[in-house]
Amino acid sequence: MLTLVGIVIVVIGFVLRINPLLVVTIAGLATGIAGGLSPLAVVAAFGKAFITSRYVAIVWLVLPVIGLLEHAGLKERARAVVAGLRAATTSRVLLVYFTIRQITAALGLTSLGGHAQMVRPLIAPMAEGAAENQYGELPERTRHKIRAHAAAVDNIALFFGEDIFIAIGSILLIRGFLEQNGIRVEPTQLAIWAIPTAICAFVIHCTRLLLLDRSLRAELSRKADDA
Amino acid sequence: MITLEHIYWLSGLMMAGVAIVNARDATNPRRLNNTAFWGIYAVTFLAGSYLPDIANGFLVIAMVLVASIRGLGQGRKESATREEREASAKRWGNRLFIPALTIPLVTVLGTFIFKKISFNGFPLVDLKQVTVISLAIATLIALGVGMAMLRPPLLAPIKEARRLLDAVGWAAVLPQMLAALGALFAIAGVGNVVTGIAERWIPLDNPFVVVTTYAIGMAIFTMVMGNAFAAFPVMTAGIGLPLIVQRFGGDPTIMAAIGMLSGFCGTLMTPMAANFNIVPTALLELPDENAVIKVQIPTALILLAANVLLMNFLVFRH
Repeated sequence: MLTLVGIVIVVIGFVLRINPLLVVTIAGLATGIAGGLSPLAVVAAFGKAFITSRYVAIVWLVLPVIGLLEHAGLKERARAVVAGLRAATTSRVLLVYFTIRQITAALGLTSLGGHAQMVRPLIAPMAEGAAENQYGELPERTRHKIRAHAAAVDNIALFFGEDIFIAIGSILLIRGFLEQNGIRVEPTQLAIWAIPTAICAFVIHCTRLLLLDRSLRAELSRKADDA
Repeated sequence: MITLEHIYWLSGLMMAGVAIVNARDATNPRRLNNTAFWGIYAVTFLAGSYLPDIANGFLVIAMVLVASIRGLGQGRKESATREEREASAKRWGNRLFIPALTIPLVTVLGTFIFKKISFNGFPLVDLKQVTVISLAIATLIALGVGMAMLRPPLLAPIKEARRLLDAVGWAAVLPQMLAALGALFAIAGVGNVVTGIAERWIPLDNPFVVVTTYAIGMAIFTMVMGNAFAAFPVMTAGIGLPLIVQRFGGDPTIMAAIGMLSGFCGTLMTPMAANFNIVPTALLELPDENAVIKVQIPTALILLAANVLLMNFLVFRH
């Protein structure tokens, strides 16, 4: 039971909003010590795991070029493009992105999206621009809400699209694990049985996105009338 | 052959550049903290593979202390005013999208093309890491295109990278820290303890209860670990295979496919999946670091319920 101390520390830390880096480090050290390692061995294990996970930070290499383009007005341009489309609403912009992201992920093209490469410079400004088109200058709170939705679309479409592609990491993991336990499964079969959930995800989230336009209208049209 | 190590050198150089720009910025009241933080991070990229584990461990702890004692700051100078950016957007028009879209397109192309290129039987890039290496190469090409098009001062890219990286702050390192935590959880055997608790407290003699426990357990355990890949082996060995497959004769393929996707519902609801849920709030400059999770929770819960029903309906179908 003592090995669960790390989970308890993480939960308390996140609830109390202590710096998550500090919380995670303490949780890791405590878990290692509770698991019977010496303090120095825990520090070494932590350092080794940190170094072997460096690949998750490769995405930051996009920042120089994205920053350069933002400086040259990329976000403003993305907004202006949407402003030229009369049919564009926040919901529709996000629906189109959701559909493209889910289908391309299902074809194995998971790198066609991402928060640093697509959402911050392009999708979020487009979704905001569509709302500005209809309602004029947006309050900060609404801006933040639209941006959070843009990030959520990227995640949900990715998660429930990628598993339809047979060579994705999760399918390889499932196959490897079941094989160790003496069960052979076909990747194509695993991919096929990911489809029902993918359809449910599409229906559920797109319904919510359609409702987003309504809630924006309710929030903002009153303001527009006042003006 | 181009390997991950070369990409780490590139990342290290960028982080070192960010540290140097920070050191010279008098408008940031915490500039020494920022310099130390990104500087140490640069060392982990440049030298991490050659240092002993214990040295890396202390470097990480030093970064954490720098970030949590007094914390990191941000320079105050905006690189361009809104009017300047709008004027520039008018001037360049849709050409601005070219370098931005170069990144995903070249990444995807690279994953196909690099598999085909080899010299004397040796592949040009390490094929196990082809996606990550393609992404890194795509960013370099996009940067080249952007520089040729916009002709900014030579140091502009690193200054802009500094601006964005400082806006993200310590959250940039959180996904890596959580991956390290996951490794320690695995060493200490946290997974076995959790399934032990589930087996002791939940009546596991009814197929509906078992399937529901497996799907919801995948989601909850993923929330704890921050990663469905860590939850899957533990839950499947503890509940899925012995009960759903062996005792009740369920189909392992359907169980595994929908079980993994139930885990993904958990990923949508946890700050532990920092690269999906916390990093974007920093990137999009949202004041509430749980803003993305809050938007995702309704979809995640409805979809989890759908998964429970789907699995119950499909897994025993013969």
